[in-house]
Amino acid sequence: MKSVIKGAGYILCHVPDMVLHNGTTQTTEMIVNPEGEYLKALPSHLRSWEDVLEYWPNQVYIGNKTPDELAAVPQPFYTTPCDVKERYGHFGQMMPQEEFTLLMQASDVFDLVWLDKNFVAQYKEQFAANPMIDETIVARIKDGIEISEIERLVKEEHSEGLYHNGTLVGCVKRAHDIDVNLSAHVMLENIVSKASSVLALIAGVQNAGYQKADIEYVIDCCEEACGDMNQRGGCNFAKAAAEIAGLVSASGSDSRGFCAGPAHALVEAAALVEAGAYKTVAVTAGGCTAKLGMNGKDHVKKGMPAFEDMLGGFCVVIGENDGVSPEINLEILGRHTVGTGSAPQNVISSLVTDPLDRNGLKVTDVDKFSPEMQNPDITKPAGAGDVPQANYKMIAALAVKRGDIPKADMPAFIKDHGLTGWAPTQGHIPSGVPYIGFAREDIMAGKIKRAMIIGKGSLFLGRMTNLFDGISFIIQANSSAEAAAAAGVSEEEVKSMIAKAMKEFAATLLAQAE
Amino acid sequence: MSILAGKKVVAIGDRDGIPGPAIEACAVTAGAEVVFSSTECFV
Repeated sequence: MKSVIKGAGYILCHVPDMVLHNGTTQTTEMIVNPEGEYLKALPSHLRSWEDVLEYWPNQVYIGNKTPDELAAVPQPFYTTPCDVKERYGHFGQMMPQEEFTLLMQASDVFDLVWLDKNFVAQYKEQFAANPMIDETIVARIKDGIEISEIERLVKEEHSEGLYHNGTLVGCVKRAHDIDVNLSAHVMLENIVSKASSVLALIAGVQNAGYQKADIEYVIDCCEEACGDMNQRGGCNFAKAAAEIAGLVSASGSDSRGFCAGPAHALVEAAALVEAGAYKTVAVTAGGCTAKLGMNGKDHVKKGMPAFEDMLGGFCVVIGENDGVSPEINLEILGRHTVGTGSAPQNVISSLVTDPLDRNGLKVTDVDKFSPEMQNPDITKPAGAGDVPQANYKMIAALAVKRGDIPKADMPAFIKDHGLTGWAPTQGHIPSGVPYIGFAREDIMAGKIKRAMIIGKGSLFLGRMTNLFDGISFIIQANSSAEAAAAAGVSEEEVKSMIAKAMKEFAATLLAQAE
Repeated sequence: MSILAGKKVVAIGDRDGIPGPAIEACAVTAGAEVVFSSTECFV
């Protein structure tokens, strides 16, 4: 039977000091133009915790608002404060920098993250009060050391500083004297990715209604690499994060594909469950420090806030068919192959229309398309346009060309079958997956029957190939009752299966409400 | 006569717009010599 989506978790971590110290646009500027106007102006464009709480796209990301509600908000979104300003949402949470810094230390198992003892004392209680942080994680927090020793580690030992409100509060030490793969810079990036993945895993497993020990396999699909000089991409962020998250029964491995990584990983997870190799697989990814403030120059130049101050994370949990949850249909896969080419029309054809053609479906048979869901507040001022809209225009144009819709219906098609982007520009984070949590709810509520998740990846950035990449798959309403009927299973058996699944679903809702 | 005929061209594409190889193919067809081509990512 087809595997199903049991739940999803979405988290954001607000890290304004990391924008200044760890985003590659800023670190590059520090080298090539350290006295330039941009670095002087940027701090005054950073957002406060209150700013990010009342930012519409963030509230959609954690599930307090819906994509439909966002679509009705005038753009740019930042000019309209959201009426919901909660840090917790039913998909996950927003975590402030002080808590995330402690989570980094808790996620470090090699004594690389050291914090000022006064900082730890000030924020440990707040960290422990976070409902997603259990006592095993709190117990990992060390008391901290003198700030003078942290200053020495940064000045004399090549450590990367950790800052809060412009003040040094900790550091990440290098893990090797010579090996650049274990430098303080790389270790900071990797520990950030791991820590945010831990938070996403906890949210995802909780939302799926599982106990931590129920998860049998984890696939990490971020865009970082860990290893030493002899195997620089050896990886397994998955197992490293699962250990801290307390998923004691889980094995795991990593899957990579630039921004297309999550879509590849979800297809792999669905196949593993459908084949019976594992009963439950969690696909997870943490955030990326390098991309913080990536388009900051344009935001500052236009007098806007520096929006790229959030690390993103997500987790989707795939389980065996429960008769109720939406299924991943592996029979309708879009594949960008070596021979597809990189022309936009070829890319969208391979990912959208070709798989539909193979299965006798029209473009209009897909109720919602979720390509790359970047927030247009971020991309439009930088000249990259509205990325989801550009994808929808291409899909609509192909639908016209195929005769699925008349040309005059293109705007209505885009409105009805499209979504407004809400995800931070964290590479793999916006790539199709932000909608999965909503898709699950919309399908179970009967609002839609079928959604297509589309991931695209810029393989050429690795300088190994000039090829583009992409993969798509369909999430659909559960069809096991129909399949069982066709296979001659009795109505009573189907009813019993559905009743059991509904009971589990109700338990999940109750757990979320608590 | 194409405005690009005989000209040297630097093609910088956008992964969410027109990629470098596509611009390169058009420029070559129009008689240009492409001296550099790449695709950039801003997301």
